[in-house]
Amino acid sequence: MKPLTLILRQRPEQRLDLSPLVPHLISGRSIAEIERLELQTTRWRASVGDVFRLRMGDPERVRIEGSCDRLDRIGYAMTGGEVFVDGDVGTQAGRLMSGGSLTIGGNTGPWAASGMKGGLLEIRGATGAFLAAPLAGEMAGMRGGLVIVCGRAGERAGDRMRRGTIVIEGEAGAYAGSRMIAGSLFVAKKAGPLPGYLMKRGSIVLGAGCEAISPTFVDCGSHELLAMRLWAGFVHSYSKKAATLLRRPLQRLAGDMAVLGKGEIFIGSPN
Amino acid sequence: MRVLTVKGVRIDDTFAEAFGMRATALTITADTARWARQAAVTMTGFATSVIGCGCEAGIDCELTAKRTPDRRPGVRVLLFATSTTELQKQLQARVGQCVLTSPGSACYAGIEGEEALKLGNALRYFGDGWQVSKRFGGKHYWRIPVMDGEFVCEATTAVTKKAVGGGNLIIIGRTSETTRAAAEAAATAIARVPDVIAPFPGGIARSGSKVGSKYKGVLASTNDAYCPTLRGAVTTSLDADAGAVLEIVIDGLTSEAVAAAMRAGIAAIVKLGPKRGATRISAGNYGGKLGPHHYHLRDLLP
Repeated sequence: MKPLTLILRQRPEQRLDLSPLVPHLISGRSIAEIERLELQTTRWRASVGDVFRLRMGDPERVRIEGSCDRLDRIGYAMTGGEVFVDGDVGTQAGRLMSGGSLTIGGNTGPWAASGMKGGLLEIRGATGAFLAAPLAGEMAGMRGGLVIVCGRAGERAGDRMRRGTIVIEGEAGAYAGSRMIAGSLFVAKKAGPLPGYLMKRGSIVLGAGCEAISPTFVDCGSHELLAMRLWAGFVHSYSKKAATLLRRPLQRLAGDMAVLGKGEIFIGSPN
Repeated sequence: MRVLTVKGVRIDDTFAEAFGMRATALTITADTARWARQAAVTMTGFATSVIGCGCEAGIDCELTAKRTPDRRPGVRVLLFATSTTELQKQLQARVGQCVLTSPGSACYAGIEGEEALKLGNALRYFGDGWQVSKRFGGKHYWRIPVMDGEFVCEATTAVTKKAVGGGNLIIIGRTSETTRAAAEAAATAIARVPDVIAPFPGGIARSGSKVGSKYKGVLASTNDAYCPTLRGAVTTSLDADAGAVLEIVIDGLTSEAVAAAMRAGIAAIVKLGPKRGATRISAGNYGGKLGPHHYHLRDLLP
């Protein structure tokens, strides 16, 4: 069965909240009912029918075509099924998702995978700041699942993440893995300054090092750890680049000694 | 008792009586097959009988690097006990003392199921606060720093309540040499059957036991009915030509696995023939009233 397809009529004049368009919320609804769902974020009403042309299909597989950066909260709290977005999206893509797979064909705004609990989020372009981070006032960011970013990630990727795995195949901005509680963050290309800033626990792997490391991280030598091999085996089907780098010897730095100091940054060899 | 004869080997028309047990499985890996085997052999040592050892354990099979979670050579080990509590106790003690200590080792669940036994979750405290929890692909691992790097251990393994312990074959021959040859052939064949172990030395027991003793407090004593040197002195189960008896005890994760192992063992003994091997095959039971699993030899003939 073909996916349920939503084709953006034109770039919307206001930011839209696409959180109702997840499989578990539209499953069992008729095309008319879906078209009546409201997406506006201002006083001006904007229903699904106003913004998208709909092609009915399997509601467990949602496809959004012609997307743009004004479409926020795509895949919000999704529990299962598949959502594929052909294009860029706005803020908070995949926030609080706990299952299923969300694929963004283009770039995302900030707070993608914020508070994510499970499932797979794949971003084929770049992502903004605060990937997998908590919103203001929240205690923890990502709590489970897998995030793959094929391009660059902005500042503070993995901020306060508690569990789960993030793989960034491009570069990462400053403070990658800041305030990490636990979890695993991989950056294939160079990271910005001060990765792991105030991290308590968790693992950060920097395939190509970083601009500056905090002096509160201490060198523990070069190691070829079995845990990295298990990590490589897990991400192999999602990112061959990450799997290859994880199988090499890595320099282990323990920290951040300014806080608990039970975290670790692994830095790959230059070749 | 009716006796069947297959290729000159007499097979008693009797049955092996076996009991339900709790069991678990582990995958132990190391940098080389030799060290994976060493860890497994050490862990499954002194685990021949639940009567005296707390559990029965053995190596199920060796695993190539392609079949292990960390892509290193490995060994699959099975543990059997009479209760989940005892199984947990034995698992923790044996992995902690024998696998954790073995160079380059790692330990993973070797069976899936709903009920969990603590593995890394119990051993992680050895890390003294430096242990690291990792979750990849729905699996939970503990990384425990040790002197050669890290001991990686899956957090839990599963327990099965469908396991069976006490499947057996009693192998009777004219001499010790021919009886041992038959038992070795059977043990080799049984080792190839998945999901079973023969926990005694080399898979073979020479001191088969009966329940009880003339001495107070002794739970099991020599099976005098099968001791050739007592043939004239006790009510014997042996024929005049019997010079030696050996037993193979089989534990399996399922009843089907135990039956398959017994079938493989009988086939190997029959193939060897009565001249070079055993003249007769029997099985141990308690009249059929104690154990729920009965394996009739006539149903397992090659």
